[in-house]
Amino acid sequence: MSAMFSQNPLMNGPNYSFNQAPSTAAAGNKEHGFYPYTDNGGSTLAISGSDFTIVAGDTRSTSGYNINTRYSPKVFKIGGTTSSQDDATLVLSVVGFAADGEALKERLDAIVKMYRYQHGKPMSVKACAQRLSTILYGKRFFPYYVTAILGGLDEEGNGAVYSYDPVGSYEREQCRAAGAAASLIMPFLDNQVNYKNQYIPGSGVGHALVEREKIPLGRTEVEDVVKDAFDSAVERHIEVGDGLQMFVITKSGIEEKYLPLKRD
Amino acid sequence: MNHLPQSWGRPRDDIYGAYDHSYLQSNGPNQHTQSPIVTGTSVIALKFKDGVVIAADNLASYGSLARFTDVKRLRSFADSSIVGFGGDVSDMQYLDRLLSSLDTREAYCSSGHSLNAQNLHTYLAKVFYKRRSEFSPLWNQVLVAGLDAESKPFLASADLLGTTFSAPSLATGFGAHLAQPLLRKVAPDEDAVAKLSEEEAVQAVKESMKVLFYRDARSLDKYSIAVVTKAGIRLKEDEKLENQSWAFADKIRGYGTQVN
Repeated sequence: MSAMFSQNPLMNGPNYSFNQAPSTAAAGNKEHGFYPYTDNGGSTLAISGSDFTIVAGDTRSTSGYNINTRYSPKVFKIGGTTSSQDDATLVLSVVGFAADGEALKERLDAIVKMYRYQHGKPMSVKACAQRLSTILYGKRFFPYYVTAILGGLDEEGNGAVYSYDPVGSYEREQCRAAGAAASLIMPFLDNQVNYKNQYIPGSGVGHALVEREKIPLGRTEVEDVVKDAFDSAVERHIEVGDGLQMFVITKSGIEEKYLPLKRD
Repeated sequence: MNHLPQSWGRPRDDIYGAYDHSYLQSNGPNQHTQSPIVTGTSVIALKFKDGVVIAADNLASYGSLARFTDVKRLRSFADSSIVGFGGDVSDMQYLDRLLSSLDTREAYCSSGHSLNAQNLHTYLAKVFYKRRSEFSPLWNQVLVAGLDAESKPFLASADLLGTTFSAPSLATGFGAHLAQPLLRKVAPDEDAVAKLSEEEAVQAVKESMKVLFYRDARSLDKYSIAVVTKAGIRLKEDEKLENQSWAFADKIRGYGTQVN
């Protein structure tokens, strides 16, 4: 009888104030207020020559309109036996979310080092390229938010550049630009490295036009192309600037170069 | 009343109906930090020729409420490094306990050498990155000040996403907008750091704390400041901002009330 006068319909249980909180998990997936990625800006670039590869990147790190630091490298030597990486033969560049880039670099470096200890020889670029793809794809459903480029010399001693998307699709290319200013740099590279849209003047009309002959660029020419590419990107992209770090991979080792870029 | 403790003090079933235990749900999704609650504002730091100066105010805010006005946000580690915490205060206290246990562990097992600021920064960055990867972030941005393996001044930042970077001067939160430009003027690059004296560095940091107090609504005029050098740490936790003055304001022309 007393239950009749209480305000509580027994079917639904008592109406406590704290019952306003959902008593069961809401249907569907919980919406999280936390987004685990950020973009740290910057750009990278790699070009392979006949007997060398150049991998370069600017050294600015940004968050929004802020500059975190003017010197935060995006290009790393991989798989050396010491902390100075003096005897490394491979170079990895990562651009996008810097924390994922760092984690990816550390993982690949550990794997390439283990390979050297176990096989008694440095890993080839081809093998490392495949392994890197596997690592990236391994996090297909929570990806490393980075665009990676791997550079080295192949078994014939020719320059090799492998480029990736965040989930591990990869291909070998002559050259590749990645990151914030990729869309500014890549067309310039198509034109200046692969001579796209360059024809021999007066060689014909329409489809009869003869393309400019493709000759592999020398090391000094490639270095100049890289510098010009970054100087131009700095002018038009706010997330690119401060410094240009370049690694030149040849059979005699990896040479590092640093040049200042505009800091505005 | 019966002998079962879970029913003691609960409304009687015969009057109010069967007790609804559903609010005590232990299954369902795990709750993670989705946003910071009690927060600390900026931390600022500047390297000089033989060390680092770091400062943070003593306020913990609850939204716009100045909730706790005596919270120490600089923490020393192994008498050789300082960590400055911005962001969630409970996560700061968790990290504080984590660092204490790390310090104890290292002191017991080590071969006589202790972790330097660079090691400490790497550790914290990995903790942050692991937690963000578990979708359970520690909502902080920290600055680590001290000396590196070569005993050179070391200053680096780590945040809730695991992002890390290092620079001659660093500032978190509001300080990144207000203090960083002032500090960069004093130390634009490592060459300038090599010429900067301790007095100049402390002066620049104190001036920046003053500017932050003028313009950051979640700040306080009580602050902590620490200087780390080879000689050790000098940490002062009850500093008061000095020489505050708005006298500069009536010289400002071109915006606000004085249009020209």
